[in-house]
Parts: sequence; C-alpha cells; structure tokens
Amino acid sequence: MGNINRRNFLQVSGSLVATSVVSGVTMWPNISLAADTVKLGLLHSLTGTIAIAEAALVEAEKMAIDEINAAGGVMGRLIEPIIEDGASDWPTFAEKTKKLLQRDKVAAIIGCYTSASRKAVLPVLHQSHGLLYYPTYYEGQEQDKSVIYTSQEATQSVISAIEWMAKQQGKTFFLVGSDYIYPRTCNKIAKPTIARVGGSVVGEEYAPLGHTEFSSIISKIRAAKPDWIYSTVVGGSNVAFYKQLKAAGLDGSKQKLLSTVVSENEIDGIGKENAVGYYACMGYFQSLKNPQNERFVKAIKAKYGQNRVVGDPMECAYNAVYLWKLAAEKAKSFDVDKVIAASAGLEFDAPEGKIRIHANNQHIAKKVRIGRARSDGQFDIVYESDVVEPNPFPKI
Amino acid sequence: MSFDIIVMQVFNGLSLFTILLLMALGLAIVFGLMGVINMAHGELMALGAYATYLTAQFFAHYLPSLMDWYLLAAILIAFCVTFAFGYALERGFIRWFYNRPLDTLLATWGLSLILQQSYRSIFGSQEVSVPLTTWLSGAWEPSAGIYLPLNRIFIIGLTILVTFGVYLILYKTRMGLRSRAVTQNRAMSSAVGINTNRIDALTFALGSGLAGIAGSVFTMIGSTNPGTGQLYIVDSFIVVVFGGVTSLLGTAASGFLIAQSQTMLEYLMSGSMAKVSILLLVIVVLYLRPNGLFSSKVRS
Repeated sequence: MGNINRRNFLQVSGSLVATSVVSGVTMWPNISLAADTVKLGLLHSLTGTIAIAEAALVEAEKMAIDEINAAGGVMGRLIEPIIEDGASDWPTFAEKTKKLLQRDKVAAIIGCYTSASRKAVLPVLHQSHGLLYYPTYYEGQEQDKSVIYTSQEATQSVISAIEWMAKQQGKTFFLVGSDYIYPRTCNKIAKPTIARVGGSVVGEEYAPLGHTEFSSIISKIRAAKPDWIYSTVVGGSNVAFYKQLKAAGLDGSKQKLLSTVVSENEIDGIGKENAVGYYACMGYFQSLKNPQNERFVKAIKAKYGQNRVVGDPMECAYNAVYLWKLAAEKAKSFDVDKVIAASAGLEFDAPEGKIRIHANNQHIAKKVRIGRARSDGQFDIVYESDVVEPNPFPKI
Repeated sequence: MSFDIIVMQVFNGLSLFTILLLMALGLAIVFGLMGVINMAHGELMALGAYATYLTAQFFAHYLPSLMDWYLLAAILIAFCVTFAFGYALERGFIRWFYNRPLDTLLATWGLSLILQQSYRSIFGSQEVSVPLTTWLSGAWEPSAGIYLPLNRIFIIGLTILVTFGVYLILYKTRMGLRSRAVTQNRAMSSAVGINTNRIDALTFALGSGLAGIAGSVFTMIGSTNPGTGQLYIVDSFIVVVFGGVTSLLGTAASGFLIAQSQTMLEYLMSGSMAKVSILLLVIVVLYLRPNGLFSSKVRS
C-alpha cells in the first residue's frame, strides 16, 4: 500500500466511475421510442461462415415490417424491429435470445438458420416463454410448442427430392454434407428413403462447417461415379466445394447434383458460373411466375438494389412476419399462447403461393419445387408438386 | 485402393502441402527469424485475397480483354500491398513490442480483430469470390483415371518458385545475410554496423508479402470473407511450431508430413476425425521433441 496520495486516489476512482457509467449506459434497457409500438426480435448470423446464407433474411423481414407499418401496423401499433447478430456461434444465439426476451421484452422472435442455432435457443424460449418463427428448411424430427416452422421439413425437402431424383435415372447416390445435426439427420432420413425407391448409397462424407479443402471427398466422388450427389454442405463451404468440383471437371453438365440448402443467395456468393446445371429442392424460387411473387421481387429490388437476389429462406422469413401479424390480429392479443393457438389453420397468400399453417403441428403445408440453376444465377423450375402436408416425424 | 486413387491422393497431399507451406513460410520468417508472434498473419493473407478480388474487379471493368491474365497481376499486386503494409506495421506498431512476446501476442490479436472489422466495414460480411481464369480450369489427365486439376498444379509451381525465391533472398543476398546475422546475434550484428531497425522492417515486410501471395492463391480454391484469416492462422502456427520455430527447412518438412498424413487419413476416415488425428500426432511429437522437428541454436 505504498503511494496512496490524493492524486492517485482521484485518478483510480475517476476511471472506475467512468467505466461503470459507460458500461451502464450501454446496458440501459431498450426503452421504446413511442408508447404505441410492439417489438419484434430479428436474430440471425450477420457475420461468420453462415452469413452468406443468413444475413439476407434480416432484409426480407425488415421489408415485411416496413410494409406492415406503412399499412398501419398490427392492431394500430407499429412494429419496432430489434436486430441481433448470432455471429454463426450457437451459444451467442442463446445469449441474444435471452436478451431479446428478458431485457427487450419482444413479442416474438424471427430467427435462426442452422438447426444447431435453433436447438441452442429452445431452452431459453421455454424458460422465458418466448415464441420463435423459424424460417429455414430443416431436418424435421422436432415439434416444439414455442416454435412455428415456416419452411420445409424433411418430408417436404429430403424425401420429395430423393423420390424425384430416383425418377431421373437415379440409382446410386453420394451423400456429402457439413458435419452437424442437419446434414447428418437428413442423411439418416435419406438412406432408408433411397433404399425404398430402389437406389443405393455409394458414399457418405462430412466436412466441418467452414471447411475449404474438398479434394479428398472429390477424389472419392470420382472413384464412386454416382448418378446423383445429394449435397447438404451448408454456408461458406459451398463456395469452395462448387469451385473445386468445377476445377475437377464435375460441373453441372457432367455430374448431377442436388442440394436442399443452396438458394439464389448462396449462388450469388458461389459465383453463377460455378453452379450452373446443379439442382436445388426448395419451396420457393425467385423465378416463380405469379402476381404475389412479382410484386415481392420488385419490392425487394426497389429497396435493396436491382442486383439483389431472393432465396427460399428470405421468402419464408418475409412470410413469418406476416403470419405473426395475422395470428396476433386473429387472437386480438400479442400473448404468446394466444398467438400460437390462433396460428392453427391460418392461411396466407405468400410469394410462393397459398400457404397454410397446419392445424396441430406448427409447420406449413406448401408445395415442393425442384429447380435447375441457370447461367444467370436463377433457377428453371423442373418440377412442382401439389400441396404437401407437413409431417415432422415421418415413418421411413 | 487402386493405383489411380493413390496417385491422386498423393497429388492432393502435395497440393495441400504447398498451400500450408505458402501460409507457413511467411509466419516462419516473422516468428522464426524475428521472434514476433503475429496473430494478425491470417488477416494479412485475407488482405492479399481482397487485393486479388479488387484486381479482378478492376480488370473486369477496365481491361476486360486482359481478364485471363488478371491472376498474375493480382499475385504481384497482393505481394506489393502486403509488403508495404507489413513494413508500415513493423515500423509503426510491432517494433515497440520486441522482447515482450506475450504483449506482442495480445497486441497483434487486437490488431487482427481491428483488421477483420475493417474488412467487414469495407467489403461487407458476405463472401466475395473471383472468377476462375479460363486457362486454369479443367485438369491434366495423364491417364484415364488420374485427374489433376490445373489450378492446383499452378499453385504447386508457384510455391516452388516462391520457396526458391525466399531461399535465394535469405542465403544468397547481402540482405539475407544481414537478416540471418541479426537473428543469430542481434547485439553483435549491431556492433558490426548492420542497421537492425531497417533489417527488422524488411524481414517483417517479406513475411507479410508471402502471406499476401498465399491469400491471393486461396481465392482460386475458396471464397474470401472477413473471417478467412482465422481459418488458416491455426494451421500455419501448427506447421511452424511442429517443424521447429527457427528452421525454414523444418517448416517445409513439417508441412509435408502434416499435409500427406491429413490427406491420407481424410480418405480413410471423415474430415473431422482426420484433423483430430493430425492434432494428436502433433501433440505427441511436440511432447517428445519440444523444440519441433528441426531446431537450430540461436543466441537469444
């Protein structure tokens, strides 16, 4: 305790007070700007390896919010979006969900892309009684009472896609995916489905998320010579995978490949010339021809630039905001339980066509489509099904 | 495993080796010769990659007829940009931290975060990619089953050139002689009349320039985003430390060992398990030989 004099004491205590004031101010709870707004949390990865797929979802959600606010808001209250970055890190997603529910007191959260992030968020939703709208295709096997799933589950993506591939001279399949729950579960579902349609699996490989060296996997693909590659490689790794496939001579004209996770947004990052000729199975494609989609795409381009592309998750995120609005209006309340109860059977005229929330499993009944990538980054639609009822726990 | 597969896997291992070597050479010079732990080395690679991206954009807009040759210009530009940046970095930032390795670690880590955020602010957090040059697409097929992608052959050739160039600079020029002198005995070199400040700056700049070339080369294989540097920095450090920090030959040897083992293991087990096995191997060897595979005596 040597040199305590007044100057030292004032310096140290002054800096302590300053830091605590600064940190206190930054942690001050978000006070609503106006009394008549309702808060909606938007939680996505704006940075990291998943940003290539997920960052665009915030833009679609913001556009939906702006449209709703321009028309008077929800039950007379304007929506105030609170945007948080999950940074492609699952614990961060859980942390931000806690912050949105407990500190900001949002009425609902629209968020997550990877199944890992959704799983990380579930316990927080249960604890704080929150509601999540999950706008991304996923592997099914889940029906959580705090989540409304606005995009395809396995029967509407994996199973439909494999049945279609089998009809296109598909006898041998090579499964490639990123190493986490979604691709592994999809392949678990894919294998018995492939057996059921009379095909066989000639390879199953996984690479860590963010991995960029696919040379060994591509060597195995060349050795196995599959009719179809079924790819669940997610996020930034797709750029490396597609580029290396092309450099190895396995581009879209020589090797049939179908992915359930590559939309127009990913192709934008991969480079159109690297993805030409490959297939994707989605519920929505930007090239769909119907009046709601034309209006939707025009609005996106007007707001975010003529070079903006729109993929399935963006459209499902846009739908999620509207589905929440319609449910809240039907329930005449923002209370989570009432909104969920009001969601059953709710219909909406989405850019992909009419969609309907299933009466009791919180998933969406929608059409399944398969498209082939063109040289301009858009998809030619080669198959469109009838409305497929969602079944998150299929018997396979 | 047929003969074709073995040949292709050996080639893949060679390709991975050259990539690791490009990444690790720059770090070996900075870490090995100067003792500076530069956690921002990955971001310097990203700088080279972004410089390549900008060059590609420039050629696409103003010189579309020369588009096929943008890669050669890009590699040169990436080297110059990162060389200059490294020189400025050393003079303005790193040199305050000599003899304080832990502080260098922390300071350069902070620098890497700053650089990542600058890339995010300037280029956006989305991936950017460059078009593949036409004369590097496709592959060489010496026989029916063997398919050797041209861009990887190009990378192997480039690495041989670069390594040879670094060898020439370090062992056949006066600057290289002075650099090695400073590494071995700084006080004596200074007494003999070598301008240690200038040599430090040039050596660091050379290491950074090599990182820039590495980054430029990666644009051919994968995409670039602000976090790309983080993917490679750990591998680079492992290669350098495993080979022996002060030995460039050690870096080459360890890179070769790690690359070939990883490729072989990736064929036999999944990518994640192969990585785990390699890391276990490195841990075991470092336990038995703490100074790495090759170590030379250096007076600190």
